[in-house]
Amino acid sequence: MTTDELAIEVAGLTKRFGDVVALDGVDLRVRQGSVYGLLGPNGAGKTTTVRVLTTILAPDEGEARVLGLDVATRADAVRRVIGLAGQYAAVDEQLTARENLVLVGRLTHQRRSGLRARADELLEAFDLGHAADRPLKTFSGGMRRRLDLAASLVHRPPVLFLDEPTTGLDPRSRSDLWDLIRTLVEGGTTVLLTTQYLEEADVLAERIAVVDQGRVIAEGTSEELKAQMGATVLELTFADPRSASAAVGEVARVLPGAEADGTLVRVTVPDGTHSALEVLRALDAAGTDVAGMTLREPSLDDVFLSLTGRPAESGDETPPDEGGTRPADDPSDPVPPDLAPTGGRR
Amino acid sequence: MTATATPATPSSVIAPTDGSTVEGGSRLVWAVRDTLAMAQRNLLHITRVPQLLVFTFIQPVMFVLLFRYVFGGAIPIPGLSYVNYLMPGIFGQTVMFGAANTAVGLADDLGTGIIERFRSLPMARLAVLSGRTLADLARSCVVVAVMLLVGFAVGFRPDGSVLNIAAGIVIVLGFAFGLSWLFANVGLRAPNAEAAQAVAFPIMFPLTFASSAFVPVNTMPGWLQGFAAHQPVTVVINAARSLMLGPEATAQLREAGVFTTSGTSYVIQAFAWIAVIVGIAAPLAVRRYRRTV
Repeated sequence: MTTDELAIEVAGLTKRFGDVVALDGVDLRVRQGSVYGLLGPNGAGKTTTVRVLTTILAPDEGEARVLGLDVATRADAVRRVIGLAGQYAAVDEQLTARENLVLVGRLTHQRRSGLRARADELLEAFDLGHAADRPLKTFSGGMRRRLDLAASLVHRPPVLFLDEPTTGLDPRSRSDLWDLIRTLVEGGTTVLLTTQYLEEADVLAERIAVVDQGRVIAEGTSEELKAQMGATVLELTFADPRSASAAVGEVARVLPGAEADGTLVRVTVPDGTHSALEVLRALDAAGTDVAGMTLREPSLDDVFLSLTGRPAESGDETPPDEGGTRPADDPSDPVPPDLAPTGGRR
Repeated sequence: MTATATPATPSSVIAPTDGSTVEGGSRLVWAVRDTLAMAQRNLLHITRVPQLLVFTFIQPVMFVLLFRYVFGGAIPIPGLSYVNYLMPGIFGQTVMFGAANTAVGLADDLGTGIIERFRSLPMARLAVLSGRTLADLARSCVVVAVMLLVGFAVGFRPDGSVLNIAAGIVIVLGFAFGLSWLFANVGLRAPNAEAAQAVAFPIMFPLTFASSAFVPVNTMPGWLQGFAAHQPVTVVINAARSLMLGPEATAQLREAGVFTTSGTSYVIQAFAWIAVIVGIAAPLAVRRYRRTV
């Protein structure tokens, strides 16, 4: 297989739950051996897209292929080449860590003789060797998530789906996961990752699709998207509103579009620190005292604001999920409770 | 485990496959293997909470003691002792109550994230259900064996041959398997394990008690007899009864109007019921599972 072959190809994907349109014509093209980021707030359709691509949900319209295999007509073949791990650890709470991995090995039809060795190898690699025979009840949230990831890799899938893999993780576990994703991709794995964090998509993904209300509203490399989004914002704080409004004129001479907001002056800096420095020099030359300054990278909210003209409707920040199962109200998809998949059953 | 650093994951452990570790085999072979893997997983669950298994014994044992020593003296059975009449009924009641486990276990699975993983694996779709019903059948085997011993301890002395007693047990276990598939449908439709339990009870209760399990059907009011005499629990229990107690007792029960048909007829009817229940409930459950997302 050559590297420019597509690992994932999605065209016009539509999925409805009753009156709710979860996916409204999604198109994606993911190059083999790359990390692709699906970025969007809760309820945007990220999880639904992953569920369709992993054959858990059947699409209503459109086409989706994984390694050239149609998810609707060749679901069994697709399941052989994919792995899935997510925000909620999909592991068996009543089995030990090793039993979990051996079970997945059996169900992915690996050779029986190699199952135990494979499980042990993965447990070591994910720093769970010491807990291999402990019941999962004694596991921390982070350990469960590592086991979940290990389970998704038992059969060495060439395409891996990670559904908000870092939501609720502490910073250290998050950076460990980022390292793991890089290692996977170096080895040739294709990773499709959903996230609510622009930073995460920025750091990991070769290309990013911004999803909103079941549609891809922007697609490209992180640089391309940032260019569309108005890049970094410089915020200057002044002692009082009067000096702030006085400073706006000075700032506007260097960069257009400066706005005063109380004691704050806000301006978009297209080339980051360089124009920020110029602004500061101009203020210094004019003898204006600056009380404080922040350079803020665009957040998902900024992306949404600039792409849709309204803030991201994530509602609430997803709280860290330390449990192994889904919370009572899974906000990740706009599915009515009676039609909701497993998540809505609790 | 956030206190210690996670060692960098060696690339060799997670590099994508060339497919060489996958075993060959036809679809049918894999459906069987996946079923066994899932059944083993479900049986492991039982061993993790052995207290639950003990509780499954306590209830039928209490029923044996209650009917053998408290109510039994007031229930005359023409031509045989009440304990001999009772025990096949207890076996039927035991598997009836045990079948609710299928509904609860399945609803439990569907309520956790693990089902998402199962759906994304190349395993046979059927195995989530068949692994469950097979594990529950294994559990029923153990419970019925224990109840047989309890029966002998309280004076159960069947006259049937060993082979016929075994055949009676096979019928009861076959019925257990059918019920398991029936209750799989309950589990697939229930919103959670508690609801599955709550729905299962009102189904089990009238079927178990408006049957020949504890008292002869011909002592019931006429309007109830029509249902009680022909419903599957009565048929299965009477089939097991006639095989276990032997031809002499069967003839007496028939003559006294306790049995409304011959032992052979009960046995044929029992197998027919099992075939019909499995034949309808299993495909319905599989179809429902495929649709449940």
